[in-house]
Amino acid sequence: MSTSFEVWIAAALTLMVFSFLWRDNPFYKFAEHLFVGVSAGYWMVLGFWSTLWPNAVVKLVPEAARVTEPAAALPDRDPLVIIPLALGLLMLLRLWPRAAWLARWPTAFAVGTTLGYNLVRTVRSDFLAQIHATVAPGLVIRTPAGAIDWIATGNQGVIVAGTACCLAYFTYTRTARRARGGVARAGLLLLMVAFGASFAYAVMSRVSLLISRLQFLLGDWLGLA
Amino acid sequence: MAWLAGVHWDLVVVLLLATAALLWGMRRARRHGPAPRRRIAGLEAMSEAVGRATEMGRPVMYVAGTQDLDDVQTVASLGILGAVGEMTARHGCELIMPTDRSLVLTAGREVLRESYASAGRSDDFVPDMVSYVSDDQFGFAARVDGVIARRRPAAIFLQGAFYAESLLLAEAGAQVGAMQVAGTAMSHQLPFLVAACDHVLIGEEFFAAEAYLTGDVDRLGSLRGQDLVKDVTIGVLLIGALMVTVADVSGWAQLAWVRDALLAFLEG
Repeated sequence: MSTSFEVWIAAALTLMVFSFLWRDNPFYKFAEHLFVGVSAGYWMVLGFWSTLWPNAVVKLVPEAARVTEPAAALPDRDPLVIIPLALGLLMLLRLWPRAAWLARWPTAFAVGTTLGYNLVRTVRSDFLAQIHATVAPGLVIRTPAGAIDWIATGNQGVIVAGTACCLAYFTYTRTARRARGGVARAGLLLLMVAFGASFAYAVMSRVSLLISRLQFLLGDWLGLA
Repeated sequence: MAWLAGVHWDLVVVLLLATAALLWGMRRARRHGPAPRRRIAGLEAMSEAVGRATEMGRPVMYVAGTQDLDDVQTVASLGILGAVGEMTARHGCELIMPTDRSLVLTAGREVLRESYASAGRSDDFVPDMVSYVSDDQFGFAARVDGVIARRRPAAIFLQGAFYAESLLLAEAGAQVGAMQVAGTAMSHQLPFLVAACDHVLIGEEFFAAEAYLTGDVDRLGSLRGQDLVKDVTIGVLLIGALMVTVADVSGWAQLAWVRDALLAFLEG
């Protein structure tokens, strides 16, 4: 059995969380509140030291860089940081009801810029690149010797037809025609088959997580395994 | 003209064509009314779920995913939240919305404030119905699971981007017998939600939900434009694959040129 205080704490918290499998109880509540409190505090501190301090404070007052690293080289002052800093401060105006409407500006700015930025990336990686990957091999795949690889060719046919069927399922205003309805149903069927395979794979990964926790309890804590 | 050197023309062409298709759909819907649409069972189940919660005197829980406002799924989820908020306001049903991001907290409150106002129930809006838990993925999941076990919501909406916590949340809801309507475009999490929830909006359905729920003519018209884009994409897939094959097999120079141009365009 372990003599480490940290291992005992980790084991006790693990058992408290596992107790939720029986029902909600004071032990789970304790672990839940501890987890939420510690994680919220951790992320707040991390946000301050990894985002606010280097990106705002240090850029306005370069000498502040030596608070965390005494030997650090002083960066150039960047007064433009005042703009995002001001937007951040506008968020806090939500605390004053009369000026709360100003807090919408930074929210709108954040949503607008990130969606605009992601739009280009998404069109490239999730749209054009996917079509290219489906179309480029063609429908007949050959071995390096030049003969037709029938298994790979069959797989490629399923990929092209399956992608088209799944896309047809996600149309909303064209399902009246019978043939299209059949294609859409085939797409839904393919999706469900894919979900089933993905679910089975993910269940196995979750079981491996459970095994690692049991190894910790039986090995690191109790010394039985 | 030097600034044009860095322009990605393939993206420009695709975005312009897609925008034109959306505008065409919206204009057509304004002139002739929205096109008939297929049923989406998950959307029809939303009002049923809120009604069930009202009858049982238990709250409705809404989780807008676990990502920030820079994720398009979170933005789409807030659109659905607006419709769900109107339903709970009209039914006089309690709504609980835990969040794991400060921006989602503030945006969620704004959306619900407007929903309750448009339902004529401004006085019923309480800012604390939207609460912040923690930025930590599993800290958030632990708290939401605890709230589900204690408050026993009769309806749970899991709408947004989820990661490994999706099954933890959905399973906790299933244990208390809640009617669950999920929606996400996270392909790896969809199997869990399909297994544990009563209804699921799969991928694109999730993004179309707001148009269906609000009945807004422009948004419904944009669905027709989106369908046109998907039709063109299916055509490019099938014709492109066929053309690549024929070009490879026959060795025709002209067809090989078209194939190379198409693949170069898609590759960027």
